[in-house]
Amino acid sequence: MTGGDGTGSLVGVFALQGDVAEHVRVLTALGARVRPVRSAADVAGLDGLVIPGGESSVMDKLSRLLGVASAVRQAIREGLPVYGTCAGMIMLAETIANPIAGQQSFGGLDITVQRNAFGGQVESFETALEVPEVSGDPVHAVFIRAPAVLRAGPDVQVLASVPTSRLESERPAEAGPVPVAVLQESLLATSFHPEVTGDWSFHRYFLEHVIR
Amino acid sequence: MNNTPESTEPTESAIGSYTSDASTPAPGSIADSGQGSPRTGTARVKRGLADMLKGGVIMDVVTAEQAKIAEDAGAVAVMALERVPADIRAQGGVARMSDPDLIDGIVEAVSIPVMAKARIGHFVEAQVLEALKVDYIDESEVLSPADYINHIDKWDFTVPFVCGATNLGEALRRITEGAAMIRSKGEAGTGDVSEAVKHIRTIRGEIAKLSALSKDELYVAAKELQAPYELVAEVAREGKLPVVLFTAGGVATPADAALMMQLGADGVFVGSGIFKSGNPAARAAAIVRATAQYNDAGAVAEASRGLGEAMVGINVGDLPAPHRLADRGW
Repeated sequence: MTGGDGTGSLVGVFALQGDVAEHVRVLTALGARVRPVRSAADVAGLDGLVIPGGESSVMDKLSRLLGVASAVRQAIREGLPVYGTCAGMIMLAETIANPIAGQQSFGGLDITVQRNAFGGQVESFETALEVPEVSGDPVHAVFIRAPAVLRAGPDVQVLASVPTSRLESERPAEAGPVPVAVLQESLLATSFHPEVTGDWSFHRYFLEHVIR
Repeated sequence: MNNTPESTEPTESAIGSYTSDASTPAPGSIADSGQGSPRTGTARVKRGLADMLKGGVIMDVVTAEQAKIAEDAGAVAVMALERVPADIRAQGGVARMSDPDLIDGIVEAVSIPVMAKARIGHFVEAQVLEALKVDYIDESEVLSPADYINHIDKWDFTVPFVCGATNLGEALRRITEGAAMIRSKGEAGTGDVSEAVKHIRTIRGEIAKLSALSKDELYVAAKELQAPYELVAEVAREGKLPVVLFTAGGVATPADAALMMQLGADGVFVGSGIFKSGNPAARAAAIVRATAQYNDAGAVAEASRGLGEAMVGINVGDLPAPHRLADRGW
């Protein structure tokens, strides 16, 4: 069990594809026990789960093929704390605005995401974000062909946003800034990748405040 | 993983992959902190996309239809080109960057990253590919080189580059020029995996050797590798390249892909192996599965069943030396 501050928690890292090693490194350094998750059996007994960056369409396909998708879905329903970065946010979204044919997500987080919302790789960017809930200092955020939250349900807390002007597609100004970090009870998701920056505030927040 | 828990406040260098000493940016290092206004095309953003491709399969495609098949089969990215290496090899002639219409068609057809090849040293082909908004450029020995002395200065671009390498020195020289991802070369268009095995073993072996050297020996190692000392020292310290290392050239079966993963590749490029085989969709999906479950022999066996004809292939030993693509690049 957790030591109150997340130290010693058993945290799974969804390890079918993507930047798994980067998350493992950060979580390990923060004192978590880390288990790569590749099968349904790996989901049992976790205190939390991280879904890394990668290609969401590939994660979806592999997770269903290997029978791990249904186990993750059930764990989410039962309240397992999960943190998804980039592709991980897409996997947690209830709705994907632009899936490839047949693409599914685990769901649980009441948001609609758009894949590659900021454009292709030449539009990928890094910036500093104000995220008062998570850190007193600006958080270093790296967006790589990143998704954005087009719609967030009433129970979803928006932790950080970026200006609408960064989006590739048109969005009415009255829609307000674009959410890129959201929290709904035990589900945390960011469009960006704290795991590749050396800024560990989101991982610490997940271990200390989401897993509890 | 190769890291021990940090007892003190973690620093950037503690997580491994990147040199973080802002005052002396080493070639290949990431020196900026990312604070301030949004910035595109940074080393971190370029290398970051390659990080997200890890554990995946990147497939050569020559039409939008093939790109869709690859995406549906679970490709993590596609490489858009006019002819797969096996056809370049069979047909001969000068192989160049693809027609922009073809690249546009493939970019339109799929939502996964699209890569495209430029000739070694042909920085204008690279400028064109950047203007077409491809997600990654492969400065590739599979095309005919445009410059037999210089490679492209890849720091000049917003779009990231992947480059081939047969050994560590070559990989480090490409990273020094700005490559954000390395692939071991293998021998493209053959269906013979032996060169890919040789190159990844060579690169990994040389890294291991470097890690065992004492600090004063690294200066000579840098001289021998013909690469900057700071980068050599970083690789020695971290025990790995500062960028992702994929493999390429001759992968034709699920077992080939799993072999390369077990040998330490971060992911796999498959060129002619898929669309020159009997059942491309099934073979593509099977190679994706074997790459993800490379340590599970039962899964690789499952993935290998009923795929029909593999590409016929050419033994690399039967290729006269002038026709070996891996010798291009220096």
